[in-house]
Amino acid sequence: MTLLDQFQKMLMTAGLPDWAAYLVPALVGIILIIAVSLTLVIIFIWWERRLLGRFQLRLGPNRCGPEGILQPVATGLKLLLKEDIVPAKADKILHFLAPIVVFVPVLMIFAVVPVSEGAILANLNIGIVYVIAISSISTIGIFMAAWGSSNKFALISGMRTVAQMVSYELPVVLSIVGVGLVTGSFSMLSIVQAQSIPFILLMPLGGVIFFLGCLAEMNRSPFDLLEADSEIVAGYHTEYSGMKFAMFFMGEYGVALAYSAVIATLFLGGWSGPLLPPVIWFLIKVVLVFSFTVWMRATLPRLRVDQLMSFAWKGLLPMAVINLVIIAIEVLVVPASMLWLMVILNFAFAAVLVLLWSRLFTLGGGRVEV
Amino acid sequence: MLEQFGYVGIFLLIATGFTVLIPLLPKLFKLMGLIPGKKTAAKLVQYECGMQTIGKTWVQFNFRYYYFAVLFVLLDMLTIFLYPWAVNIKDLGVGGLVAVGIFLVILAVGYIYAWRKGALQWK
Repeated sequence: MTLLDQFQKMLMTAGLPDWAAYLVPALVGIILIIAVSLTLVIIFIWWERRLLGRFQLRLGPNRCGPEGILQPVATGLKLLLKEDIVPAKADKILHFLAPIVVFVPVLMIFAVVPVSEGAILANLNIGIVYVIAISSISTIGIFMAAWGSSNKFALISGMRTVAQMVSYELPVVLSIVGVGLVTGSFSMLSIVQAQSIPFILLMPLGGVIFFLGCLAEMNRSPFDLLEADSEIVAGYHTEYSGMKFAMFFMGEYGVALAYSAVIATLFLGGWSGPLLPPVIWFLIKVVLVFSFTVWMRATLPRLRVDQLMSFAWKGLLPMAVINLVIIAIEVLVVPASMLWLMVILNFAFAAVLVLLWSRLFTLGGGRVEV
Repeated sequence: MLEQFGYVGIFLLIATGFTVLIPLLPKLFKLMGLIPGKKTAAKLVQYECGMQTIGKTWVQFNFRYYYFAVLFVLLDMLTIFLYPWAVNIKDLGVGGLVAVGIFLVILAVGYIYAWRKGALQWK
């Protein structure tokens, strides 16, 4: 029973017709989700810039408002008042549609993110499969932008993003199967309820693979090949200015926020936690995951394309399959009361597998090619 | 369950409407004279890397990851079969695990073959 259903029942008893009782809670929930997620995205842009500044021993934006928190608003206003330039040779329709196709799926992901017990818009029984399906659509938008802007570098970037999506989709979906094995459901609510032990402890390897795959899917460092400034100018959004560029920018951070929320839900126990109210716990976990991605961005250099591909196909994919088989056997053999045994076993297996595969990928002093 | 998917449908409609409005906002501002709109020939040339573009921009592209794409489709099929099994693993028991194991072994043979043939090499 989600909060929306309760709201609906309340309206029904108040005497509203069926369609209104269905529509009003939906509209309230949707507008709430859009408003809150966009506000959080703005705060996250500021948070990342501040944090990156700290990592690089500088202050970061600190002029607009207290601690510079109004900086993204100022940036947004500046972009809103910029001239909207569409290159004469561009494919006008694709050029216009691309930011929309990128941005809509990002908002759509939030429909199945549970913020606390029952606070979810659509309690789908295939919640996590829905996330994977809907988030892949953004890739098409990026490719549309790359093709539509009539720019060779953007085209390279579009090719790269498809290659990246094609490679990292598989480890992500395979590590989700591990979650499904333990939970027995793909609904986001039941996944959170099943986590008496957070799944990052129960299946550390699956969690790490899912995290890395998500990092590649949301195109963040060290996997941000499609906007590698030093190689291909700004990638797919080179020809965009003004509000359309802002939409790509918001979409990128929105996806980061959405995937942080999904990782927090799947592997860190979602809203559950002692003492504090569930919403606060959820936000703490989301901010932690996001800060971790910023940390990776500040620390790791960008991968080369062939390294990126072989890391996915020769590293993450076989590891994800082996991890899946191990978890399946454990779910059948280990009784539910002895989950701690599974934790110990999985940490041992994860250590062995990571050691084995790191021998394969010895860089620097060893082989570069695999 | 259907009404839950209905929420997603309504969300799709509202999100699309909201998102279409954003790039139309500058057009409105231009009508109000808030943002400049002087188009010159040099401004409408694509930026690319700052230089004048040489030749056509929609060039034939070396599609390097054709094998990856084919393998992706194949292995994505695998996950479609794994999802229903994963949810019902406790009911299917050891028999289901053995069946999936055989399935995975067959795919692993193909995967190793592709690796040895160099299909996973970015050339």
